[in-house]
Amino acid sequence: MTINRRNFFKAVGVTGAALVAGKKLKAEPKPKDRIEFSGVLYDSTRCAGCQTCESSCAEANGLPAPVDKIEAGVVRTTDESHRTVVNAFNSSKGEVYLKKQCMHCNEPACAAACLTQAMYKTKEGAVIWRGEKCMGCRYCMVSCPFDSPKFEYHSSNPKIEKCTMCYSRLTEGKVPACVENCPAGALVFGKRRDLIKEARKRIVENPGQYVDHIYGEHEAGGTGFIYLSAVPFEELGLNTSIQTKSYPELSKGFLYSVPAIFVLWPAILLGIREATKNNHSNVEGNE
Amino acid sequence: MSNSNYVIAKDNDGRSILKFLAGELKPRGKFFTPFNIISIPIMILGLVLIVIRFWKGLGSITNLTQEVPWGLWIGFDVVTGVAFAGGAYVLTFMVYILNMQKYHSIVRITVLNGFLAYVFYAGALLLDLGRPWNVINPIIGNNFGTSSVLFLVAWHFLLYMIAQLIEFSPAVAEWLGARRARKILSGMTIAAVIFGITLSTLHQSGLGALYLMAKDKIHPLWYSEFIPVLFFVSSVFAGLSMVIFEGSISNKVFSDQISDKNQKSHDSIVIGLSKICSVAMFAYFFLQVLVFVHGKRWDLLRTPMGYWYLLEMFGFVLLPMLLFFYSYRRSNIFMIKVAAVLTMLGVILNRLNVTVIGFRWDAAIRYIPTWMELAVTLAVIFTEIWIFRWVINRMPVLRESPEWVKDKE
Repeated sequence: MTINRRNFFKAVGVTGAALVAGKKLKAEPKPKDRIEFSGVLYDSTRCAGCQTCESSCAEANGLPAPVDKIEAGVVRTTDESHRTVVNAFNSSKGEVYLKKQCMHCNEPACAAACLTQAMYKTKEGAVIWRGEKCMGCRYCMVSCPFDSPKFEYHSSNPKIEKCTMCYSRLTEGKVPACVENCPAGALVFGKRRDLIKEARKRIVENPGQYVDHIYGEHEAGGTGFIYLSAVPFEELGLNTSIQTKSYPELSKGFLYSVPAIFVLWPAILLGIREATKNNHSNVEGNE
Repeated sequence: MSNSNYVIAKDNDGRSILKFLAGELKPRGKFFTPFNIISIPIMILGLVLIVIRFWKGLGSITNLTQEVPWGLWIGFDVVTGVAFAGGAYVLTFMVYILNMQKYHSIVRITVLNGFLAYVFYAGALLLDLGRPWNVINPIIGNNFGTSSVLFLVAWHFLLYMIAQLIEFSPAVAEWLGARRARKILSGMTIAAVIFGITLSTLHQSGLGALYLMAKDKIHPLWYSEFIPVLFFVSSVFAGLSMVIFEGSISNKVFSDQISDKNQKSHDSIVIGLSKICSVAMFAYFFLQVLVFVHGKRWDLLRTPMGYWYLLEMFGFVLLPMLLFFYSYRRSNIFMIKVAAVLTMLGVILNRLNVTVIGFRWDAAIRYIPTWMELAVTLAVIFTEIWIFRWVINRMPVLRESPEWVKDKE
């Protein structure tokens, strides 16, 4: 009935196991395969709203071709059969277009949220979904600050749909379908670091044409897709109050406290139990 | 172990274990009770709805949207249900760690209640999973998502269910007449209790931590970095209010099983719990005030959501806290029960405010659960009560352990 050696070691063993399991907290690649993240620069001042990206995305990913046309002021959203959409906004500088898709965060909330690593930040920078691991809990959707992952609510074998930066094309050495087919040159694929430089260059060389802000450089800890615009981003329906810390940072404190509690709690509980035991030794033996 | 079969045989008129179990499975007592008449149709309906859900997808019976992917089944069944199941870890802490033996007579029923709550409410999670066949992935190590709070919560649910089963297992052994098994199992109780309390601390707060990354989606009056602490502290009085509430019903329904001694001590137990509840609620209220002041949220109070927040804080935290304290001083059992019900309503309100009502409060299309989601939830609750009743009518949970247990001591 009392805490014997065996029970004590059992508790210690479990605690130790929890410590080991709780160690790796960040979705970070191992140092040896650390390569530069790729990304896409989207320059909304060049975008003509032709929707070619939408149709080429649908074609490349085997999704139904988009049917609805762009209309200024009508906000279309990505859903389980549309991984990217372009919307038109009546802004202070007239009609402006904005493409939306998964932002491919540097430290994605969805991947940190995923308990099976189905949502996964590849070393190339694309955030992908792996169906054979996913259990469909939709915690990625709860966590994503951009509401990127979409769920097939009307399927008995539902998938999570979102832009994967055409990861399978990337592995073949090709660029994402939307980038390849954009006739206006609004989309550029490259290493994220180079894209930031390119974006800065455009802002510096064309004063007055751009607002002095690269959306995605710092938002949510930095994203793979980065945006340039002629008008403030809030006019384009983007969340500009988004935090610049990464989202997994928000639950890090809690996760770090787990191993500590796992070590301290049993010890404290045993201590209290020993301290209060003498008063009631006569009732020992009751389970 | 050949004698364990022998013991069962002797204890039950020489029948084999299979016959004994078959006999125990049969319903007892009157069948057409009001509870049965209400619960059976709802359970059948729930079963039909669950079949439709797995056949046609989640969207066929739920109102979940791309913006609000977690609805009633997570917000109420899992998050609220687990808070109510918190009584088990609080009571085992009081009895086995603090040695407050006064509460020993209600440990078994509370642990049983907690165990079944976890089995059913965490089980309700399976209904919500889009791809439930992959649910073993985080368990078998097919890629551990250790950076996920949900990974932690899932493992803790599983381990805590095992811990609670061990805590309850002596009652099963007494029912089966397995004397040696009982001895071994009751020797494991303390380890299970300590492990269980540690796990509970972490996953009660973990359920709140799940929502930490949804920073921009939850109404600021309910979102703070302290959600885990608030969830943990409120699970103490949520669980104990449930113990008071469930105890007052069990005492009537199963009065034939409770010994006179325990029947008499029940009032003093309830009064003791009332005091603990009021202290825990004071701590919780104080924390909430700190979070509110720290977050500088005064301007939000004069909005509809602000009034809603004030109603929760004053009507369902402060008021029941004062009621608990007042009735504890006056030994007023009836008012304690009123306070317990108010507290439970407050906990439901709080959990739903974080998970459903305040989640995407600004969305153009609000999520409102369908009647079918409600029906499935009710079916889950009724099934749990059925199993609960089945166990209590057969195992020594409320009634005294068989004589042979005492003989040994």
